[in-house]
Amino acid sequence: MNTVLIIGAKSDIAKALARAYAANHSNLQLAARKVHELETFANDLRIRHRIDVSLYELDITATASHQSFYETVTPKPQGVIVASGYMCEQEAAQTSLEKTLQTLNVNFTGAVCLLNIVANDFEARQEGFIVGISSVAGDRGRASNYIYGAAKAGFSAYLSGLRNRLYASGVHVMSVKPGFVNTKMTAALRLSAPLTAQPDEVAEDILNAQQRNVDILYTKGIWRYIMGVITLIPESLFKKMHL
Amino acid sequence: MHLTGWGMYPKIESEAFALESRHSLRNYLKKVDSCITYGNGRSYGDSALNAHIITTTSHNCFLDFDELRGILHVECGVLLSDILEVIVPRGWFLKVTPGTKLITVGGAIASDVHGKNHHIEGCFSQSVLEFNMMLPSGKIITCSHTKNKKYFYATCGGMGLTGIILDAKIALKSISSGTIEQTTVKTANLKATFEAFERYKESPYSVAWIDCLAQGEALGRSLLMCGDFSEKGDLNSTQHTRLNIPFTFPSWILNNISVKTFNAFYYNKISGNLATQQVSIDAFFYPLDALQNWNRIYGKAGFTQYQFILPKAQSYEGLHAILTAIAASGKGSFLAVLKLYGPANKNYLSFPMEGYSLALDFKIEPGLFELLDTLDTLVLQYGGRIYLSKDVRVSKEVFEQGYEQIDRFRALRIEQKMHTIFNSLQSQRLEL
Repeated sequence: MNTVLIIGAKSDIAKALARAYAANHSNLQLAARKVHELETFANDLRIRHRIDVSLYELDITATASHQSFYETVTPKPQGVIVASGYMCEQEAAQTSLEKTLQTLNVNFTGAVCLLNIVANDFEARQEGFIVGISSVAGDRGRASNYIYGAAKAGFSAYLSGLRNRLYASGVHVMSVKPGFVNTKMTAALRLSAPLTAQPDEVAEDILNAQQRNVDILYTKGIWRYIMGVITLIPESLFKKMHL
Repeated sequence: MHLTGWGMYPKIESEAFALESRHSLRNYLKKVDSCITYGNGRSYGDSALNAHIITTTSHNCFLDFDELRGILHVECGVLLSDILEVIVPRGWFLKVTPGTKLITVGGAIASDVHGKNHHIEGCFSQSVLEFNMMLPSGKIITCSHTKNKKYFYATCGGMGLTGIILDAKIALKSISSGTIEQTTVKTANLKATFEAFERYKESPYSVAWIDCLAQGEALGRSLLMCGDFSEKGDLNSTQHTRLNIPFTFPSWILNNISVKTFNAFYYNKISGNLATQQVSIDAFFYPLDALQNWNRIYGKAGFTQYQFILPKAQSYEGLHAILTAIAASGKGSFLAVLKLYGPANKNYLSFPMEGYSLALDFKIEPGLFELLDTLDTLVLQYGGRIYLSKDVRVSKEVFEQGYEQIDRFRALRIEQKMHTIFNSLQSQRLEL
């Protein structure tokens, strides 16, 4: 049985991923802030799937703690999924320094610092997979959500580079770009139903794609085409649009 | 959001609060005026309808499973289907299960559901060791056959009107395979059906599909299906394909265009008067679950299930009269289920009593409620009562006459101020 470490394990997508990998007979390591709140959830997975589930306290923005965090993780995982994310209203992200930094630190800086440590371990072991959950928001900056988008764009570029670096070591890196997902993070937004996925659907997509070594996964799949069109719009036109 | 029960009638507007933690639930109860708990929406009528509902399917963790003793502790929103997925491969089964596994544990308790083995094991509450419930004040109490007994008797079968069931411990039944040895008996009329039930009453599971449109000599002709778990077989026998359904309704049961859909799924394996075969858990217990959203078959107006029970001594005469009235009306239903029940339990509003129960589906259409009012009169005349989990239209007067412990239920509701907060369209109609 392999072991998968999920970072940011309290998010709805992360929990759906935990259920999907548990049903697929992986042992799990769940890392999050106030991780004790996941005790009941972890116990549920143990009972349902007869797997080992361990919990680790982790603040993704406390980058100085990442090394010691990763040292305590035992056994070392065969897969790491970064599902941590933070999104506030654009208005808040552009006016409050605290919110700007939180958006950048959770979605980009923290994720990068942690994955560097993981990547070095996997490269040395010549095994493993890394899944980073980025966002379609990173494909092009829009007035309505560009601080979050910029952090995710950075994360997407990081994952792309990491995939390139680790290919030679047999370590696969997958970038996931979800579109709208019906989660706590998006509860306040009005989402178009046909374009919106449920967390369980996203998790199934990710599990299947990861096992097929997909490089970049859009979920729902239609987002690949939507973003394809959006990135083609000339900047001179794009800047005048309300998106 | 639009909200309905399984019968898709009536449709109302409702605002949902998802149960996640005790803390947030307590706060919700402080600010909401009136609400009712809504599980997986399988009650047919208006028992879980209110402008404010508490949804429980997000509260769905397994808390403990003692695999040696067969005791399972789960949160209220766990579905029976989730439980079966975990316990069947480990040699356990639910002591009591209704004809669908797509219900929550909390709903199973609130409706005090029963199944094909009621004559042996009784209702779902009889497999419940204890449960925790939040009262209107936010206080949480543990209820069992020995602790807080009156709350236990009021809550099991109490339609969510006493509090919010948070989690429950249930006792399971040991099985050595996931295969059922099924015997199907064809009977020619009501008398023969009753005789067959008596003949097979040692069989742990039994239920009959009755032709409610047959008249005269053939009135009450049925297919009685009995079964028990096989000693031999695989516990991991995973689910059958949708086409492998245990039997077809004989054509004389079918009377409606929509039934053709069922014909595609049910294949008749019985040619003589008696047939035995081995079937899966799903095929035996949950044939309709193979058809997702089968409630849509009845169309936009929705449907209702009319289920009543008569004391055993009056059952033959009563059923004869009621079946005659239904056959004469021409409003037959192709899913008509007859069953012999064991003794009643102590719960204030649980439906079962020792006798025969008949359940029929009817499309909502003009003239239906008049027919059902006529049937109500007959049910009362023969000392029977109506099942709340199916009901959407019975009158307060008819309901009360069937349930002799209703005063105890109402008294507890008032004493604990439950009536000020937990209400459904049904509880308002019946002044529960």
